[in-house]
Formats: sequence, C-alpha cells, structure tokens
Amino acid sequence: MCELSASETELLGYHLRVNGRDYQVIDAQLCENLLYVLRERLRLYGAKNACLEGECGSCSVLVDGVLECACTVLAAAAAGRDVVTVEGLTPAGGDLSDIQQAFVEQGAVQCGFCTPGLIVSVHHLLSHNPVPTDLEVREAISGNLCRCTGYGRILAAVHAVAAARANGEGAGS
Amino acid sequence: MGVFLPHSLEEACELLDRVPDAEILAGGTDFMVEVNAGRRRPKAVVSLHGVPELTGWRRDGSDVVLGAGLTYTEMLGSELADLVPCLAQAARTVGSPQIRNAGTIGGNLGTASPAGDTLPVLAALGAHIAVGRLGSTRTVTLDELISGPKRTSLEPGEIIIDIRLPAGVGTQEFLKVGPRNAMIIAVANVALVVDWAGRRVRAALGSVGPVIIRAVEAETFATSRIDWEEHRLVGGEDALEEFAGLVRAAAHPIDDHRSTADYRRHAVGVCARRALERALRHDAIGTPADPFKDEPCVS
Repeated sequence: MCELSASETELLGYHLRVNGRDYQVIDAQLCENLLYVLRERLRLYGAKNACLEGECGSCSVLVDGVLECACTVLAAAAAGRDVVTVEGLTPAGGDLSDIQQAFVEQGAVQCGFCTPGLIVSVHHLLSHNPVPTDLEVREAISGNLCRCTGYGRILAAVHAVAAARANGEGAGS
Repeated sequence: MGVFLPHSLEEACELLDRVPDAEILAGGTDFMVEVNAGRRRPKAVVSLHGVPELTGWRRDGSDVVLGAGLTYTEMLGSELADLVPCLAQAARTVGSPQIRNAGTIGGNLGTASPAGDTLPVLAALGAHIAVGRLGSTRTVTLDELISGPKRTSLEPGEIIIDIRLPAGVGTQEFLKVGPRNAMIIAVANVALVVDWAGRRVRAALGSVGPVIIRAVEAETFATSRIDWEEHRLVGGEDALEEFAGLVRAAAHPIDDHRSTADYRRHAVGVCARRALERALRHDAIGTPADPFKDEPCVS
C-alpha cells in the first residue's frame, strides 16, 4: 500500500510521473487537484484552468492513457500513475504535432484557451479511432467547450489530420 | 492523516477502520468539484482507484455483478450493454468522455444525487448492493442505501463493493431530459423495463423527488394493459396517456436552478410514455434497430 502521510503541518510530499518524467512534489496541501499541481508546482502551463468542475475540458490530460479532466483528479492520488499533458504530445525540438498544425492551418484556434484540452482529446480520439465520423468527433469533443469557433473549423482540423494520416502523411505524435 | 492508496479491499477496509475521519474517493467527478469549490475539506482521503476487487464486472449465473469502480465508459462496452441495455443507455448520457472515463457506479451511489443517472436503472432492475467494512458485509437495496437527497445509510468505515443486477431482462429503456445532450445533469430521467418472461413492467423516475421513485401504480396499470402474448398495449393512445398521467402523479418534483417542478412533472411523463412506446415496438428479445429514429432530440 502507498501511504502519503501528512506531516504535522498537514503537508504532503509525493512523486508524480508526467510526460515520462518524474517530479517530486513537496509541501503540498492534501486537497490540491492535479491541474493546480501541474500548473503551479510543476510549471506545466499547457492544461488550462477554466471551470474547476470537469465541465469545460480545458484541463484535459491522459491518466494511464485515459482522457480525464485534471481538475477532478486528486493530485496525490495520481502518484504512481502515468500522466500525459499537451506538452507530452508535441515532438521534441519545439515543432507542432500534426494535430496542432492542422488546428493552425484550418483556423480552429481563436482565443486559444480551449485549444490544449482539445488537442489532448483529439489525440486520444485518433489514437483509438483513426478515421472517425463527424458524429464520433462531435461526441469525442463534447466535453471540450469552445466559445469562439462554433466548432466547424475544429471538426475540419480533425478530419484533415485523419485524412493525412490515412494517406501516410505524418505519423502523428 | 493524509492520502491513502490501498491496493486491496482488505487494506481499504482496515484504513477506514483505523482512520475514522477518512473520506472515500472514487472517480472524483463529484468529490473534487466539492473540494475545488471549498465545500469539502477532507482531513484524510482513501482513494479506491487501485483496489482490484472493485474493478470490472462478471457474470454470475443469471446475474451480472458490477464492481463499484466500474466506470461509465466501461458500462458502454458492448458485452455488458447487451446484458443490461438501459444501464448503457444511462451511462451514455452522463457528462462527457472525460467524466465517463473517471466516474464510477459506486460513486454515483455514494453521491446519492436525486439526479444520478444510473440510479433509476438500479431501481427498475431491483439491484442488490453489497456494502462492506472490516470483517463483515451486508446487502442492501437501493431504497435501503439511499435515504435522502445526497444522503446514504452508509456508516463510517463502510465501502460500496459491488452491485448485482439480473442479466438480459426483457426490453429496457432509459430516457433523460436536459438542456443539451452532453454535460447535463438530468431535469428528469426514467428507466423502464418490460419483463416479458416475468410479465411485469417496472418504471423508476429520477430527478423528480428527493430519492429515486418507483412509479408503482403506473407499473401496475401498464402490466395489466399489456397483451403479453401479442406484445402490445391494449387501449392504444388512451392507455399510454393514462400511464403517463400515473407517472406524473407519482413524481414529487421541486423548483430549483435546473428546472421548475411543473416542467419536471411534464417531462417525466413524456419520457415514461415514450419509453413504454419504444419498448413495445421492439421484439421481446433483442435491442431496437434504431432507437433514435423517431425522436432525434432525445437521448
């Protein structure tokens, strides 16, 4: 069993594995959610904080390969699990992934606040369903709110990536 | 005090026995919302995520046994959906992919919201819920477990272990009304089972009372009006409307920020009537060819 006992000051220390790297978290409050720890302690600012209720999907991450909202994950309970953020889905060297590039080319980004969460959701969709139908894309991103684009260009970007991958262009990230 | 990540049910029970203040964390989709809003300040947390006894589901004779840690996404798996179709229908309406991946059936029970989407299913199918603590277990019905809005009869130290349901019972329907399809907490929801072998109808209503309501008079009426040989409702439109009226009469809705009592009463009647219509359109065995054919706006 793993027991993360709080010190006398009720602060916790634990390890998190994020994007393949081990991070030590020290002097954390028991109730911190994973989104807070990613942004404020690990300085991974990709996942965005909007609703803190699991409603908007801006903080979507993969936990053991499963798409979840980081704000509804108790950070200390993610110790020992494999967390991947949008930063972990981009190629080394600062290039964009094919999904990110398609978002740019199709004009699927306006204010950009929802974009990292959408990139993670779309990555997860296409890795399980390489050629989704329009309905499947809509359902897959139904937990990601975008108030700018009206979603049309986001759908176009997803289909563009799926088509390019099917044609053997870019293996994706 | 702290965060505990037990790796077995026994360890989890020992912890809850030893740390009486500890709160149980399942999928986190309700728990963490309260924590983030400052409405819940646990001194200690026992996360059930790594407890293998609570995961997955299994066949046991004519029943299915669902681990408390079964997620909504797992309820959508085709093998389980074939055995308990209305559970899959209900799971499909919950939240978003992110929420369905994290949220669990045990968590839905533990939160005990009047709007919990799996709860009418469990009521309509007569679920038996195993609850355990260090050294003992007991089995309860949904009525016995959920004592009020967001209240359960769980005692300190107790954990919901699994949920037992009959497999493959008759024709099943789940319908829900809310402002849109995704990320919606039910304004009203209904689970309905037409049990061809047992020759009875069961209907359970959610979000229209402090707890899930079995519409007993409506059930008795529908049971008496079905021609069980011909698989049809005697009395047509009038019988359907009388059934809907009895469902509305069974509801005890309130006005709140999500809806008015009047609308909830109306909506639950429409859902129940539609569920009965659909169930009677289908064969006794098997699932509908296209459940969305007539009413594309309702999931």
